[in-house]
Amino acid sequence: MKVLVAIKRVIDAYVKVRVKSDGSGVETQNVKMSMNPFCEIAVEEAVRMKEAGIASEVVVVSCGQQNSQETIRTALAMGADRGILVQSDAELQPLAIAKLLKGVVEKEQPELVLMGKQAVDNDFNQTGQMLSALLDWSQATFASKIEKSDGKLTVTREIDGGLETIEVALPAVVTADLRLNEPRYASLPNIMKAKKKPIDTMSAEDLGVDPSPRLSVVKVSEPPARQGGAKVGSVAELVEKLKNEAKVI
Amino acid sequence: MALDEDTLEQLLDTVRRFVRERLVPNEERVAEEDAIPAELVQEMAELGLFGLSVPQEYEGLGLTMSEEVKVAFELGRTSPAFRSLLGTNNGIGSQGIVLDGTEEQKHKYLPKLARGEIIGSFALTEPDSGSDASSLRTTARRDGDHYVLNGTKRFITNAPEAGLFTVMARTDTAQKGARGISAFLVEAGTPGLRLGKPDRKMGQRGAHTCDVIFEDCRVPAEQLLGGIEGQGFKTAMKVLDRGRLHISAVCVGVAERLIEDALSYAIERKQFGQPIAEFQLIQAMLADSRTEAYAARSMVLDAARRRDAGETVTTEASCCKLFASEMVGRVADRAVQIHGGAGYIADYGVERFYRDVRLFRLYEGTSQIQQLVIARNMIREHSQ
Ligand SMILES: Cc1cc2nc3c(=O)[nH]c(=O)nc-3n(C[C@H](O)[C@H](O)[C@H](O)COP(=O)(O)OP(=O)(O)OC[C@H]3O[C@@H](n4cnc5c(N)ncnc54)[C@H](O)[C@@H]3O)c2cc1C
Repeated sequence: MKVLVAIKRVIDAYVKVRVKSDGSGVETQNVKMSMNPFCEIAVEEAVRMKEAGIASEVVVVSCGQQNSQETIRTALAMGADRGILVQSDAELQPLAIAKLLKGVVEKEQPELVLMGKQAVDNDFNQTGQMLSALLDWSQATFASKIEKSDGKLTVTREIDGGLETIEVALPAVVTADLRLNEPRYASLPNIMKAKKKPIDTMSAEDLGVDPSPRLSVVKVSEPPARQGGAKVGSVAELVEKLKNEAKVI
Repeated sequence: MALDEDTLEQLLDTVRRFVRERLVPNEERVAEEDAIPAELVQEMAELGLFGLSVPQEYEGLGLTMSEEVKVAFELGRTSPAFRSLLGTNNGIGSQGIVLDGTEEQKHKYLPKLARGEIIGSFALTEPDSGSDASSLRTTARRDGDHYVLNGTKRFITNAPEAGLFTVMARTDTAQKGARGISAFLVEAGTPGLRLGKPDRKMGQRGAHTCDVIFEDCRVPAEQLLGGIEGQGFKTAMKVLDRGRLHISAVCVGVAERLIEDALSYAIERKQFGQPIAEFQLIQAMLADSRTEAYAARSMVLDAARRRDAGETVTTEASCCKLFASEMVGRVADRAVQIHGGAGYIADYGVERFYRDVRLFRLYEGTSQIQQLVIARNMIREHSQ
């Protein structure tokens, strides 16, 4: 089974994100970037499938600026076989990315597309669902466990009420949740060897997709600063405050 | 071959992340148990951390000195005990073979050292021979196609864990000085090789040293390093030369970690109604520490770059070791001071670092020995 993993380059999860002074977005100049943590989990799952003999080839694809190549290299160092960069300087929104990925899927013909459930920059949680709709493939989101049997996958999903197990027919789009696995550290020798693995570059035009944005950002602002807490003397006082001050009960 | 910028950045990033996520959370446990958990050793080996300085043809990473010190800056940001375990395979425990070993010796040992399958130790110091290393007394007498070793080595890092010892011993007892000394590769378990009890140290718990005792220990002649007698002291000095830059870089890493910890504490801790970081006397300590750490970092990077360019950097490496090891001592002292009473209490970890860094001024050449090396080279250069 050939597996395609879609990955995104985002501001590193340990960076304190700052809003640009003009409110148009967040500061990305000279900010450390990394692979989206959920994408990393998706890559790890694909590499484990390859190690278990379930996947025959793991191809990673990233849509974005030229420097997304660094993120692809990280995935190659973790064990993916080759990479594809869909290079675009446009601001890519979920629908555009889903369309680009559809183009890549048509070229590559994988049986499974793995991706993160969402990216920690915008937290859209849309791209996987849109891709499955565009392809008319099965989808399984928020996966915490994936097992393959003849022509289908058994996927355990994290839902609000607990866990849900579903079967989906292949080909399918599966999005990874936090507990699917713990991604490995790429070993230092593999980081050095990843340089020799191939990365193809293509453009939105090559895939016949118009990636221009459909949504416009009105304003980005800092969340309100957290107010200091208060100590209460008794349970009665707490209940009184929750009722009359916070008005939550 | 030097790495391109992206690959190096990714490599450093991985080490940084491993240190932050896997090593830092285990610092206290390692100190408490006086051992590094086996699974962490395994992870360190899988990551490739034992083979930083072993050439690529022997399965190491073959980093340049500039690259290696950058990795060492990162490794310095956690308990020195972790670095100590992988330090010998990257330094004194492997470099003798890398620099002067025969092709067979390299093939036999370097891949295993690079993979962390065996730990390499370096046995130079003896009970009566420390700074005056060329006066060592351990002997190696030729007997047919073997050498017979007799003597005691002291304070040998990683000896309890070691699979291979690079041992300096006197093959020519008529030669009292450096020229009578040869280096041998002695495998653990060789009959006649015995270990003393682990030393009880001031700090760096989790890293171990002990005596290594040779009693009629028969070593096959092909274990003579490089196959030539009388070269052992030269090899030892070359090995220590390279190691000085690595140790200096570790000192910089530890200092930067301590500065960060002290700064966070100073911002959080309030006295007289304000964070202690607002007090100028605290600020002076932070600023002095930052300045000195930056100076040491710059020195190390400069010396490493020059060494990669083919310059002889014996003097510069000693300058780095002298300054960086003394610097981290001052920084650790200030970090304790900024923490106040908490700095003396084990829960905060600062007192542990304070004890840990004391070693850097002592081993691989004391500060006084570095001063002697620097000044002697200055005088020699002047008269040339
Ligand atoms: C934890 C630890 C790990 C070690 N690991 C190893 C190892 O793996 N392999 C190994 O071979 N050795 C190792 N050593 C030994 C270490 O390298 C020596 O301890 C060090 O070189 C100093 O030697 P010494 O202890 O005999 O001190 P001494 O040489 O006796 O020195 C005592 C004092 O006299 C000063 N002094 C000596 N000579 C002079 C001089 N000419 N002029 C001015 N001052 C002088 C010294 O600077 C020092 O202050 C280790 C030591 C420790 C503590």
